[in-house]
Amino acid sequence: MFKGLIGRKIGMTQIFDEDGLAIPVTIIEAGPCYVTQVRMPEKDGYSAVQLGFEETKPKRLTGGELGHLKRNELPPLRFLREFRAKSVQVTEGDVVKVDQFAIGDRVDVVGTSKGRGFQGGVRRYHFAGGPKTHGASDRERAPGSRSSGTTPGRVFKGSRGAGHMGNDRVTAQNLKVVLVDVERNLLGVRGAVPGARNGLVLVKEGRKQ
Amino acid sequence: MNQETLKAIETPENPNIPDLLPGDAVSVHVKIKEGDRVRIQEFKGTVLYMHNAGSNSTFTVRRVASNGIGVERTFLRNSPRVDKVVVERHSQIRRARLYYLRTRTGKSARLKQKFN
Repeated sequence: MFKGLIGRKIGMTQIFDEDGLAIPVTIIEAGPCYVTQVRMPEKDGYSAVQLGFEETKPKRLTGGELGHLKRNELPPLRFLREFRAKSVQVTEGDVVKVDQFAIGDRVDVVGTSKGRGFQGGVRRYHFAGGPKTHGASDRERAPGSRSSGTTPGRVFKGSRGAGHMGNDRVTAQNLKVVLVDVERNLLGVRGAVPGARNGLVLVKEGRKQ
Repeated sequence: MNQETLKAIETPENPNIPDLLPGDAVSVHVKIKEGDRVRIQEFKGTVLYMHNAGSNSTFTVRRVASNGIGVERTFLRNSPRVDKVVVERHSQIRRARLYYLRTRTGKSARLKQKFN
């Protein structure tokens, strides 16, 4: 079964369950998405569904994109994203909406985390820093040693240190669906979702079920 | 536009909770679930402070229980567990957060009533 949607993060709030307990929810405006292409193992070597989201002006797209959408008589769409699927039950030109998810389902949400700029090791990797007292000067947020000495005589690639933080693709796994509003194309998941408000998010079927 | 979308999802305000002020003597009617029965328990006390934050707004009520032990309870304004709130009297107060009541007992813990 293929399940997936492209959407935008609206923001967080809280709702109450039937016992009166407050649940933190992230609201995602998801879909409606068009199935723009279906990838088949015979033809493409793998099976996946390409979805398109958010109508836009034709002049914002390239001729190639417009031609790709025109194959199935689809409107100009701003975002095209592929979702891997084990079995595909949709055909090109279909519209998929939030009603494919039900309350209680587990989903994974992919987003782009907020950019934090160039950050030191203390903030980026929770390094402990140096001592705050005992005569320490300029060592409070120092990273310490990055590597061994003469052997190997260099810093291995991928070692943790200061650098650019955030603005990465992040997946929040196993979030529970607590709200489905087909009329307004809204999906509510328990807990936080990566990224800023209005950021593009992909909602997929949970992998950890 | 996003804020409006969120508003539409949040629980609507409880019409049985009037506007509260710190220092109000209130009686909070709380729904309590016992098995499959729901009964209502009253919690009487003074509003210590409000936390106004949209759908996450709360108010804290202080009550001096037996043996002079103070009990404070914080209620979510929009919670369906709060059945209703009755304001019994308003008080003359000069600050928004009446933390000083915690250190006081007996006569000095009283607040002057405000009539309007």
